[in-house]
Amino acid sequence: MTKKIKLSELGSLLGGEIQALEGVKIEGDVEIDLGQAGLNPQMAYALGHETAQVAIHLMNISRILGYPVDQMLGATAAPKRLTKLIESRFSAGKIEDWKTPIQEVVLGATSSDGGTRKSTVTLGGETALPYYFDGPMPHRNHITMDVFDMPINMAKAVKSNYEDVINSPAEWAKKVVRDFGADMVTIHLISTDPNIKDTSPAQAAKTVEEVLQAVDVPIVIGGSGNPEKDPAVLEKAAEVAEGERCLLASASLNLDYARIAEAAKKYNHVVLSWTQLEINAQKELNRKLMKQCGVARENILMDPTTAALGYGLDYAYTNMERIRLAGLSGDTELNFPMSSGTTNAWGARESWMVSSPLKEDSDWGPREYRGPIWEIVTGLTLSLAGNDLFMMMHPTAVQVLKEITQTLYGGKETEPVNIDNWISAVI
Amino acid sequence: MKLNSPLQVYKYLPQINCAECGEATCMAFASHLIDRSKKLDDCPPLLKDEFKKKYMELQTLLAPEIHEVTIGKGEHARKIGGDDVLYRHQLTFFNPTAFAYDVWDTMAETELVERINKISNFRKFYVGKFLKVDMVAVRCVSGDALKFANTVKKVAETTKLPLVLCSFDPAALKAALEVVKDKNPLIYAATEKNWGEVAELALNYKVPVVLFSPDLDKLKSLALTFREMGIKDLVLDPGSYPQGVQLKGSFERFIKLRRAGIKEGQKDIAFPIMAVPLNAWLVYKDAVTASYWETVLASVFTVRYGDIMILHSLEPYAVLPEVHLRDTIYTDPRTPVKVAPGVNEVGSPAKDSPVIVTTNFALTYYTVESDLSSNKINCYLAAVDTDGIGVEAAVAGGQLTAAKIKDTFQKAGFEFKDKTSHNALILPGLAARLQGDVEDVTGLRVMIGPPDSGRIPGWMEKNWPPKPK
Ligand code: SF4
Repeated sequence: MTKKIKLSELGSLLGGEIQALEGVKIEGDVEIDLGQAGLNPQMAYALGHETAQVAIHLMNISRILGYPVDQMLGATAAPKRLTKLIESRFSAGKIEDWKTPIQEVVLGATSSDGGTRKSTVTLGGETALPYYFDGPMPHRNHITMDVFDMPINMAKAVKSNYEDVINSPAEWAKKVVRDFGADMVTIHLISTDPNIKDTSPAQAAKTVEEVLQAVDVPIVIGGSGNPEKDPAVLEKAAEVAEGERCLLASASLNLDYARIAEAAKKYNHVVLSWTQLEINAQKELNRKLMKQCGVARENILMDPTTAALGYGLDYAYTNMERIRLAGLSGDTELNFPMSSGTTNAWGARESWMVSSPLKEDSDWGPREYRGPIWEIVTGLTLSLAGNDLFMMMHPTAVQVLKEITQTLYGGKETEPVNIDNWISAVI
Repeated sequence: MKLNSPLQVYKYLPQINCAECGEATCMAFASHLIDRSKKLDDCPPLLKDEFKKKYMELQTLLAPEIHEVTIGKGEHARKIGGDDVLYRHQLTFFNPTAFAYDVWDTMAETELVERINKISNFRKFYVGKFLKVDMVAVRCVSGDALKFANTVKKVAETTKLPLVLCSFDPAALKAALEVVKDKNPLIYAATEKNWGEVAELALNYKVPVVLFSPDLDKLKSLALTFREMGIKDLVLDPGSYPQGVQLKGSFERFIKLRRAGIKEGQKDIAFPIMAVPLNAWLVYKDAVTASYWETVLASVFTVRYGDIMILHSLEPYAVLPEVHLRDTIYTDPRTPVKVAPGVNEVGSPAKDSPVIVTTNFALTYYTVESDLSSNKINCYLAAVDTDGIGVEAAVAGGQLTAAKIKDTFQKAGFEFKDKTSHNALILPGLAARLQGDVEDVTGLRVMIGPPDSGRIPGWMEKNWPPKPK
């Protein structure tokens, strides 16, 4: 029950006589709403006790009686009835701090630039957070699809797409470009890991050449992640891919990044600067690549690490958003385009496990549908934080992520939809 | 909020350092008010009469930029809005986006009850808690006020979750409100056409109300008008178009509204924002495609400022990523990433119980721990100090090494000879490459567990106890 009292009653409630309320004109008897269930705590408190407090009470009340009425006691004046909408204009300003554009980086080189790619991919150039109205986003997001130099363990939903090409990196690369719309291809040279097959750098470089011949899009060359072996592997791969402006993945603080940087400079490639969810480490590595190794700004891309939805995406998201905001606001050690290993989404058990290992959970439903959406949501979230390039695996995830990022980018014309009657839609 | 330094807040506090709030000094308490980890009422002296004025002033000055609106009553009531920042790292976001799943008044009763139960029973265990969904949105599809009211009645009898009553027809809303007037439902929606009558309902029934217009000038007009009439619990729906340039326009409106509310202090529109990802179903008829696209829209507006949303798909592949992403965005970034390194008991381990190694990354640790305890596996679980980095990344980055593992057991005073009968430890599958190193450094038998701790029960059946070599 709502309890209402009149101002005149308030006077007697407070035990004093109200002479005047300074600065307040009262028209009619003002009702003060005391909220649900009798007095609300603040009001009870305000009305509490001693007459000595009356003056202060009334000062407060007098404030309430003016507009806005709701600020302090949660009390409302008797409602006004309006018959016409109050006219108004809405506007929101732009962010003044975003003065520093993100570095533009071109991947791939055509014959006119000393490569053999048919097309190139340009990343960066933003002057605002992605898809914001503050400034143009000159280049859309791009997707590079994973190819491995040997069969690997994959979630069932992913594997079923690649069974026919799993033993041939060249065929695999062709398939992702031809059938799945990949903008680029990443060849992961995982067999070079001494604990896996210890494939020699020279042998791995042959695989890179095969992939370069199989497709004419720009490529990413990935090592095995072994910090001792990767520099030699990437160096050799860079050599056979000379002039192609491949992305060398990756330089990191825990390996001989200078050697990778040197290879990129010598053979005209781009370096992926990879750190683990730590903005300061990212700054440090970028600085070292620029200052100590002399890598030009237009040859640096960052991978600040992607953690899967449910497995650290909050850190990955915020880390990227902070990096992008710092870059836009003038930190020239951080204003580079970013790349995400979105495939990491498949590490989340929700993406591949048949059912929940916990009895307490609601049914997880068919995993065939869970996996791709896990990859999509992981990527989409990071796209909103500022990520430019996505390394992905599942064809459906690629299609859907392309659709939404290009829609927000502004590249999708569709028939207008009328949403005015969504309530009564028959679904 | 209007104050941003502890010193500014301190001026309003009793300044007697009595420590009743649990903080040593008023200044310390002040900084907790700024980061919103304590409430004004936690300071008893401030509640005394002599400080009443200061209390009230502080209350106004500390109010969040975006108005907080409560929907529903009792233990299931949900607050929405209440944010103070545009990016979560600047503080944290408050009041996770409320997910309201729809039912409609042309459903058969059994179907209706089944769907409501599905909504209210959904749960997904995650890091020590259950992720759930929040509300039921009842859509008036029939156009018949009585039918709508009857459905609302049935819904209210079936669930305690807060309700959103959806109709553009004030008569239908009124009929429904009569049925659930003591439940503080959110009503949807006032528009340019029906606003007068809907305002009347909001006033008479004292319920929060959604204002709907994709035109921000009109939306602001509606908000101004409602505020002027004394209706303060407002929610704004700037229109969630499902595709194309229209969707880009919606995205832009969400950002403009929130920026104006938080950064520019435009009080007139500083209200929670509603998104309607359900609109995906207006363009996609195939259930999987529509569910996927709805999830995509929900994701965009979970990240960018949706405070409440209306959803349709109850497919697990839609709801699971939605609740996880909401948790991602609303998790307080100030809480630590790491658990204390050491060797912990799960259940009551005996000498023949396994010893399992993981990292001290909180997410990894809690996931492994809940998998073990949920499956009643008694064991020792070692959290190795990897600087809060997960297994795979820590192996790659050199934070999880044989030496670190040895160190963890040594520091914990854990002697395998005394505590176990098997002298073995189990490495995570993703750290398999450390097996040789760990054997050399510790002299223990090193077994390789599954790559995901959810598979430990199956792994145990096959591999535990370890067979004699
Ligand atoms: S309870 Fe209030 S007066 Fe006492 S120390 Fe805390 S803030 Fe200061």
